[in-house]
Amino acid sequence: MPEALLNNLYIFVLAMFTGFEVITKVPPLLHTPLMSGSNAISGISVVGALIITAEVAGNNLILWLGVIAVAMGMINVAGGFLVTDRMLEMFKKKPAAGGEK
Amino acid sequence: MDFFTLANLSYLISAALFIFGLKRLQSPATARSGNVMAAVGMTIAIVVTLLETDFANWQMILVGGVIGALIGSVSARAVEMTAMPQMVGIFNGFGGGASALVAISEFLRLLGPEHVMTNDSGVSIVLGTLIGGVTFSGSMIAFAKLQNLMTGAPVTWPLQKSLNSLLLLAVIGLGGYLVFFDQANLTVFLVIIGLALVLGVTSVIPIGGADMPVVISLLNSYSGLAAAAAGFVVDSRVLIIAGSLVGASGLILTNIMCVGMNRSLANVLFGAVGTADVVAGSVGAGAAAGQVRDVQAEEAAMILAYANSVIFVPGYGMAVAQAQHAVRELADVLKERGVDVKYAIHPVAGRMPGHMNVLLAEANVPYDELYDMDEINHAFKTTTVAVVIGANDVVNPAARHDTTSPLYGMPILDVDESEHIIVLKRSMRAGFAGVENELFFHPKTMMLFGDAKDSVQKMVTGAKTA
Repeated sequence: MPEALLNNLYIFVLAMFTGFEVITKVPPLLHTPLMSGSNAISGISVVGALIITAEVAGNNLILWLGVIAVAMGMINVAGGFLVTDRMLEMFKKKPAAGGEK
Repeated sequence: MDFFTLANLSYLISAALFIFGLKRLQSPATARSGNVMAAVGMTIAIVVTLLETDFANWQMILVGGVIGALIGSVSARAVEMTAMPQMVGIFNGFGGGASALVAISEFLRLLGPEHVMTNDSGVSIVLGTLIGGVTFSGSMIAFAKLQNLMTGAPVTWPLQKSLNSLLLLAVIGLGGYLVFFDQANLTVFLVIIGLALVLGVTSVIPIGGADMPVVISLLNSYSGLAAAAAGFVVDSRVLIIAGSLVGASGLILTNIMCVGMNRSLANVLFGAVGTADVVAGSVGAGAAAGQVRDVQAEEAAMILAYANSVIFVPGYGMAVAQAQHAVRELADVLKERGVDVKYAIHPVAGRMPGHMNVLLAEANVPYDELYDMDEINHAFKTTTVAVVIGANDVVNPAARHDTTSPLYGMPILDVDESEHIIVLKRSMRAGFAGVENELFFHPKTMMLFGDAKDSVQKMVTGAKTA
């Protein structure tokens, strides 16, 4: 197995463990923002799309696929982070004065 | 330090920001800044990539990126909170689609002269195409179901599970053939793409609306795994890290949803999710003998107004009726009268994880009044009235004792332990044809029929004058 692949596998497995550790502690209250926020992070494939589109010059098919991938990824990134922000803005604590009795 | 090293260190910073950002989601007080951190991490990654690479056709790529960003931001601003499940669903799909296209482009690139697909990049390409393709088409179906563009009911046909397994096996088999024996076979690759898309459709289409939280979480996980696979394809560590974080997150949510429904992950993965809706028709043979006691909104308001404590139990019905604002108004009136008000949230209430929390937060309900099932179940015993708003299975006591019920073993909110129960529902028949809930026949239960929003508004008026 090539060393680059082996390194990537290490990173993959360790990042999965990190993800499990960090995300297990997210309370159910925030599960929807967690989902839309992490969803925005999965839009990282836009970076992959940029890399792949740059690697090929002169192949129109790949260029078009790359442009579509960039657009899809950006929908995911921009939409995901913004909608998460909109949601999280709504989560408020009980005002200190009001509420009781 | 050369630019290559600098770029790689920047990707490392991005990855760290993603992890810190997710960590800050552990508390509602820090969550918003966490989301900003993750967004900053993403911006760094994108900008560094743009600087690092030489684009022959940067104009087109820029246009694509700007169009995507515009579509994303406009829809993020415009979407109603009640439409959040389908929004998350379709975003999942775009993420998966983008990852699949990365894998597909790499395959096409390797078809070109002077390139050979090595075994390990071949495996990454096939996996990226498979997971990304399934995520894309599956999410589109989930979106169509949630948006009511197609029936939300399970669509089933004979041998469905075998067909899905067969499709998966076919993709793996063809993928293996492509990678190890016939690296440059475009036809086989196109068939793999097609089968992956079909598999996404056929594995989501048999799943009923009430099981959507599992599917949305699972697709969320897939979108992350697809991004990680794309990371292996283009050999980018930041993609692998970000993708696996999301993959892990989605798997955790999927597991929580499965536990909340008392279903195993295997049960979900092998496409049996829809079947419970069919079996559910046999529930509650014992309940059929009971009497239903109905109540008018005015009387219900009176009971609430003179209660010591009230727990609201929202379900998907509240979302459909858009009743969350009216509920908060009712809670305000009750709190002013000195009634202790809480909300009990079942993990699978609604159409996605945390659905009810978002709706109630939108209606300005402070989050410290929202309680998870485990936090509140002990409190029903000492509660005067439990008000069930458009929830059904998650409060069905049959889950505790009726071994013949398909719900048996599912953790539920113990509303039947409170002194009085008021259930808001459109009618005995509508919506849940065949699914009987013995709670509705319980001697302590009063049924308040009608549109939930309407009923709650009447109760607000009633409680004010009580």
